[in-house]
Amino acid sequence: MTALQFLEPLLFIAFTLVAVTLVIKRGKIILKTIQLGRSEEMKGSPIDRWKNVLLLALGQQKMFRKPGVALLHLIVYAGFIIINIEIVEIILDGILGQHRLFAPLLGSLYPLLINAFELLALLVLLACIVFIIRRNLKSISRLQSTDLEGWPRNDAMIILTAEIILMSLFLFMNASDTLLQQRGHPHYSQHATGNFWISSLLYPLLNNCSNYTLVVLERTSWWLHILGIYAFLNYLPYSKHLHIILAFPNAYYARLEPAGKMENMPSIQQEVIYAMQPELAPAESNTNPPRFGARDVMDLSWKNLLDAYSCTECGRCSSACPANQTGKLLSPRKIMMDTRDRLEEVGKSLAKQGTWQDDGRSLLHHYISIEEINACTTCNACVQECPVSINPLDIILQLRRNLVMEESNTPAEWATLFGNVENNFAPWKFNPEDREKWIQSS
Amino acid sequence: MNIPTLASCVAAGKSPSILFWVGCAGSFDQRAQSISKAFAHILQKVGIEFAILGKEECCTGDPARRAGNEFLFQMMAYQNIQTLNGYGVKKIVTTCPHCFNTLKNEYPELGGHYEVIHHTVLLQQLIDEGKIRLKEEGPFKGKRIVYHDSCYLGRANGIYEAPRKVLALLDSELVEMKRCRSNGLCCGAGGSQMFKEEEKGTQRINKARTDEALATSASIVAAACPFCNTMLTDGIKGAEKEDTVKVLDIAEIIEKGMITE
Repeated sequence: MTALQFLEPLLFIAFTLVAVTLVIKRGKIILKTIQLGRSEEMKGSPIDRWKNVLLLALGQQKMFRKPGVALLHLIVYAGFIIINIEIVEIILDGILGQHRLFAPLLGSLYPLLINAFELLALLVLLACIVFIIRRNLKSISRLQSTDLEGWPRNDAMIILTAEIILMSLFLFMNASDTLLQQRGHPHYSQHATGNFWISSLLYPLLNNCSNYTLVVLERTSWWLHILGIYAFLNYLPYSKHLHIILAFPNAYYARLEPAGKMENMPSIQQEVIYAMQPELAPAESNTNPPRFGARDVMDLSWKNLLDAYSCTECGRCSSACPANQTGKLLSPRKIMMDTRDRLEEVGKSLAKQGTWQDDGRSLLHHYISIEEINACTTCNACVQECPVSINPLDIILQLRRNLVMEESNTPAEWATLFGNVENNFAPWKFNPEDREKWIQSS
Repeated sequence: MNIPTLASCVAAGKSPSILFWVGCAGSFDQRAQSISKAFAHILQKVGIEFAILGKEECCTGDPARRAGNEFLFQMMAYQNIQTLNGYGVKKIVTTCPHCFNTLKNEYPELGGHYEVIHHTVLLQQLIDEGKIRLKEEGPFKGKRIVYHDSCYLGRANGIYEAPRKVLALLDSELVEMKRCRSNGLCCGAGGSQMFKEEEKGTQRINKARTDEALATSASIVAAACPFCNTMLTDGIKGAEKEDTVKVLDIAEIIEKGMITE
């Protein structure tokens, strides 16, 4: 055995440990920041929740509201997951210093599996190319929106490029391996698998290479492929691509009540009851006044924060939003991106200082403007569209509550509306005595 | 017309089977008043005993809640629930999807438990039961009708089919806009926008929706919400099509199309 044969597994184990440690560390920070949110009561049965996981997350039901792109997305998603079964072998090979460990175990099933993986790899690769073209087409406005300026647009391109590179490495690895088998290379022909459907198409590119070049190509592809996957794994939690994991818990925790129902505020309900029936009020109230609505991410519920991390910035919400589509500043996608950005800011400061210290900034005002939240018609189109069960409307309404009840900041017409409802019991200034007059007028 | 209030029913020892929640638009807005009348006429013709709250009805609080004023919402809810529970109301029908949503989804956790039904669903039931029969040669025969989904009926409460089933029974051509059912575009009034100027933009939402309705070449836009009705009527006036295209509530359409002995 050569020194390299010892070195390779050791190096591989070291890389694996670093990759896993880093991703766990990052995952813990995300979990901690999500837990900054206030608690939210989960109503409804777990059966319905699991149904949502199966239909919405696993089955991608809402993606199929746009069937063409849904099919491409399904290919990338299914392809990526299924091909990753191959990673089990790659990791074991790496740790044990073996090559194609499963080939002798699976017998004739093995080439069949690899052929299927290769076919999927090709489909994923092609779908990613189509996605890159689509992203740069001027005709798809949700992908051209100013919401995505800067990092978000690069993020999407990095992910697509990474997937194309990973799939290519997988195919080149197989091509050089099987070509070396054909040439009777002593090491590779020990693990004869025969040619594979897709990678054999690359032979014309490699036929002129020497055995040595092919071995280098095979080893390089193998290493870059697995290191690329480790890098991708660690990139994921910093990226919009986190949805591939969080779509599942987010579907489970999605609200099961009718979409039109707004969350109740028991503290205010209680206060109104005490005002109307003072005999029920406790003699002394020593509770701190609660926060009304949400001013910052910590005031939102943890589900709102999970929503923010689950968002993949596809923009289906904004392209269905009546306000956004008629040129208003509001974009439900931006609401989610802002929430995540602010959460990251808070998370960073938390990681540095251990405890949260007010930084004089907040989600409302510093990220999301009054004009944005006041443009919402509460039509639920954004909620309806989201393939990963995000509810931007819930955040908008909590911000409105804070604006009105803590800042008394409301458009003049709404102030009039409030006055009318309070004094005339109707949004318009009509005499309440006239409420049944319509009966007489015919 | 003669519609009893719940107070007068109780005084006369009667207990009507259903309360018609008229809503603020249905009570005060001139256009919406004719929807209230049409619906009340239908109920009377069918022989359903119903009452209204009259002066005792207050805004459900929906516009206040959606504009962010939870205190005001809770005050209105408290008052209404006291009234409704005081009369022992069991079943409520309403022509307003916003009232419908608040009464049905938001009052129960505040102590108001009622069976709440939107008028389009009740109309469908009455047609199914044979209590409403439609004329063979009705005024809508051969006309092209397009239904506009109210957000608070559709996406908010999943009611897409009842209004369509009712309209499908008319001898008319029922068409759809490009965006319909769960894809339906809002009229622009929800979330208290009805009561304020739109934020700055490139187009009014009601114009965008009206354009979609006009693109179907329908001569009747069927609505199931007094606010959608106002927004679309304004849009059609803006497009100067008010002579050829009318916005009608499903109750108004059925009242005109039903057989009366």
